[in-house]
Amino acid sequence: MSTFEQRRRVAFAVARKDLTIEWNSRILVNQVAPFAAIIMVLFAFALDNEGILQRVAPGLVWLATLFSMLVVIQRTFAVESADGALDALRVAGVDPSAIFIGKSLALMVQLFALELLLVGTAVVLYGVEMSLVGFAEAIVTLLTATVGLACVGTLYGGLAAGARGRETLLPLLLLPVVAPVLIGATRATEAAFGSGGAQVSEGWPWILLLAVFAVIFAVVGSVAFGPLVDE
Amino acid sequence: MNSAVASPRGTGTRNTRILGILTIASMAFLALLGLVFSAEDRDQGSSVRIMYVHVPSIWVAYIAFGMTAACSAIYLSSRNRSLIWDRFAGAAGEIGVLFVAVSLVTGSLWGRLSWGTYWVWDARLTSTAFLFITYLGYLAVRRLGGTHRQRARRSAVLALLAILEIPLVHFSVRLWRSLHQEATVATGGTDVHMDGLMLFSLFFGLISFTLLFLWLVIHRQRSLALEDAMENRGLDAAIEARREEAVS
Amino acid sequence: MEDASFIIGSWVLTFVAIGAYAAFVIRRGRELSRNATSEEMPWT
Repeated sequence: MSTFEQRRRVAFAVARKDLTIEWNSRILVNQVAPFAAIIMVLFAFALDNEGILQRVAPGLVWLATLFSMLVVIQRTFAVESADGALDALRVAGVDPSAIFIGKSLALMVQLFALELLLVGTAVVLYGVEMSLVGFAEAIVTLLTATVGLACVGTLYGGLAAGARGRETLLPLLLLPVVAPVLIGATRATEAAFGSGGAQVSEGWPWILLLAVFAVIFAVVGSVAFGPLVDE
Repeated sequence: MNSAVASPRGTGTRNTRILGILTIASMAFLALLGLVFSAEDRDQGSSVRIMYVHVPSIWVAYIAFGMTAACSAIYLSSRNRSLIWDRFAGAAGEIGVLFVAVSLVTGSLWGRLSWGTYWVWDARLTSTAFLFITYLGYLAVRRLGGTHRQRARRSAVLALLAILEIPLVHFSVRLWRSLHQEATVATGGTDVHMDGLMLFSLFFGLISFTLLFLWLVIHRQRSLALEDAMENRGLDAAIEARREEAVS
Repeated sequence: MEDASFIIGSWVLTFVAIGAYAAFVIRRGRELSRNATSEEMPWT
């Protein structure tokens, strides 16, 4: 129906629209980022020991990412379903896979910013130290994990959007699916941080797992998004 | 009972009644086999008796989830998109959730006797727990509302996504476990020596639970069909009421 | 004895769960079929 070029343009338009809305409302900066930071502080209260914090910092960073992601996804789809914008796009005959890619891109940008903040918090609050190679590995981990998370998040967020009780449904659907990302990203970040004596080289196989996950859900998501949100 | 036969009411027919009687009889025989006749296992002791209900339950759960996926695929690919496939998928999903829950609980009771602990972070156990949560989500999506066609398509796509997700989760949990070589107890089950009667009891359990599954899924599909029909009727009545309002 | 109680517990739990679900399915079917037409019950 639509050529590749058209689809690309729609995807970028959707992504730009989402990021503009975000930029104007500043929800991410004013509400989600403080929420993520307070999670990190609360973890420190719960695990009241500096040695432990340093050891489990990678897992905590990713848990905080997952929890904040739920808030961000609900926000991006609340924007769509509030005035029936998703329906309007669909009635206009816009390719759903382009909408999926666009929304995933916008989510990727927001998630990546959030993760950078969380890693920074871990460095400052939990006393994590990284080598230069470790830092590079951490960035690659963040990027691959973010692609996977954003694709899955957009897919299931679209399903839960516009339904009664979506606030409670989204975590139930999403958290089991992202378990592989939590496992892979935590191990890769452990290698990057050197927590528990892990070597930087141990991280790369886990990044491969993250990449496989990202590719699978990017492809499947662009196919399945249409039928899932189509009412 | 007699009046029910005279004017057929409910979701039963003559065939399902025969199936039901067969199921009850084989369940009773399974209880005798498992609790009385079969011997204790050399390694597991009497705790092997839990296996006669635990293994068939997880077996039924696998059949049920397989059926959910197959019926969802048939629904999406068939030209007329008959809702009967959607209802079979939903009925099987519901039964699968029930049996996975039963097998998780009986399994942890068995684990307590054999391993001394209710739970180990073994890959198979962990993925089974994920299976349970995933299909709870599937059932929740079925209850989201909207038209029956919306429900059918949404849940069918979700069921196919679950088929993709489960191997991924299982694979990554196995990778995760391979780094933490603490829980190898689960492989202890492979060197269990089984005599003929034990093997027969286990096999008989699989057959009788399969009969049970068939009986349940047929009845549940029919009661789901009635639920859909009643909802349609409520919708028709509402439209009729609106029309009368408009006329007057 | 702990073993016996766990074993009996497993069996009782399994059959109670199945029985409760089967009873729910049957009762729901009876309830709904009370005022269903025969077109709505193609199996009869």
